[in-house]
Amino acid sequence: MPNLLAKRRLVRWSGAAGASLATLTVLAGNVLAATAEHAPDAAAHGGEHAGGLPQLNPATFPTQIFWLALTFITLYYLLSKKALPRVAEVLEERQERISRDLSKAASLKEEAEAVMAQVDTSLAGARSEAQALIAQVAAEIDANNQARQAKLNADIAERLRTAEANIAAAKEQALANVRSVAADVARDVAGRVAGVDIDTAQAEAAVAAVIEERR
Amino acid sequence: MDPLHQFQINPILQIVIAGYDVSFTNSALFMVVAVALIYALLVFGMSGRALVPGRLQSAAEMFYEFVANMVRDNAGHDARPYFPFVFAIFMFVLFGNLVGMIPFTFTFTSHIIVTFTLAATVFVFVTVLALMKHGLHFFSFFMPHGAPIALAPILIPIEVISYLMRPVSLSIRLFANMMAGHTMLKVFAGFTILMISGLGALGLFVGLVPIAINVALTGFEFLVAFLQAYVFSILTCLYIRDALELH
Repeated sequence: MPNLLAKRRLVRWSGAAGASLATLTVLAGNVLAATAEHAPDAAAHGGEHAGGLPQLNPATFPTQIFWLALTFITLYYLLSKKALPRVAEVLEERQERISRDLSKAASLKEEAEAVMAQVDTSLAGARSEAQALIAQVAAEIDANNQARQAKLNADIAERLRTAEANIAAAKEQALANVRSVAADVARDVAGRVAGVDIDTAQAEAAVAAVIEERR
Repeated sequence: MDPLHQFQINPILQIVIAGYDVSFTNSALFMVVAVALIYALLVFGMSGRALVPGRLQSAAEMFYEFVANMVRDNAGHDARPYFPFVFAIFMFVLFGNLVGMIPFTFTFTSHIIVTFTLAATVFVFVTVLALMKHGLHFFSFFMPHGAPIALAPILIPIEVISYLMRPVSLSIRLFANMMAGHTMLKVFAGFTILMISGLGALGLFVGLVPIAINVALTGFEFLVAFLQAYVFSILTCLYIRDALELH
């Protein structure tokens, strides 16, 4: 305990310093007092310090002890019964108030933290929910798009096919028409040029043979 | 001119009880003043009972906590019941010293009989406390632990004497410090007067030197006034600790 050691050293030092100072000053005082003896007005006080230090005059001891006891006991009584309990009360009250406020603050902080955590979890839940919803909607849209695309493709293919069939039919028709027109033309030309009258079947067969040849 | 004149006991009211002269003197007057000041500080200071203290209340609480910490640190937690006693001693000595710093007052702590009576009170209190707490085991206090038995004839008388010397050193320390300080102030003040009366006009200038020293000494005396009250009460705490724990 260095603190205690320092205190003991302080006590010893101040005691020694005080004692040596006392000796020195009493010596100086005696010199001064002796000087004062020679002053004319000091003669009146001569009797007072004839006994040296007033502290060593035993005649004054009873009154000092009596009044010391009286005042010190009064002081102790007043302090221990009245003054100190009052101070202690005020200090305790303050301590209590401070610790009460501190614990209140701590509980409020805890509460706020709990609320904050709750907010955080609900926020996270809402966020994940939103994410799921977005993903679901995106998937739905995607699926919808694909179905429509497929349907459109099928539709287009169907239309293409019917259009091609129509074209083929029209071509066939046109071709057939060409044949009959060609057979007619052939029969007409043969009648006019050669004067031979050929029947329709013969002309058609000839046209067909020529078309086959040219293909 | 006599620097010891300030220690003169002057009766204000003659009182004789059972053949003893217990006159109300200048010393008694300032004991009453000190007690009244201490009580006034604590009662008026704490009358507001404010949660946030004002100046006077702060001072009262500061004294209280200062002594409470001193008792706790130096005498231990078991010394709590003796706190009012230490507080009374500290405040009585401190206010006795401080009131004595006011010019034309009387410093009752500069009288050996006062400091010795206080120290003897502490001594008797501590011894009775130790005897009540430890019974006859108290006397083992005079034989330090771990010392060889062969040394007992030397150690025990030394310990007993040092124990019995406690009130002497306690009282002389306070008395000597207070008396020395107050005498020095008067001596230096006396030098100034001697120089002026002896050296005339030159003395008026040379006489300023002891006054300058007195200014410094007055500050020093305030430190001593506090320090000696602190030392007196801290030793009381240490003695109480010895009485409670017997080392």
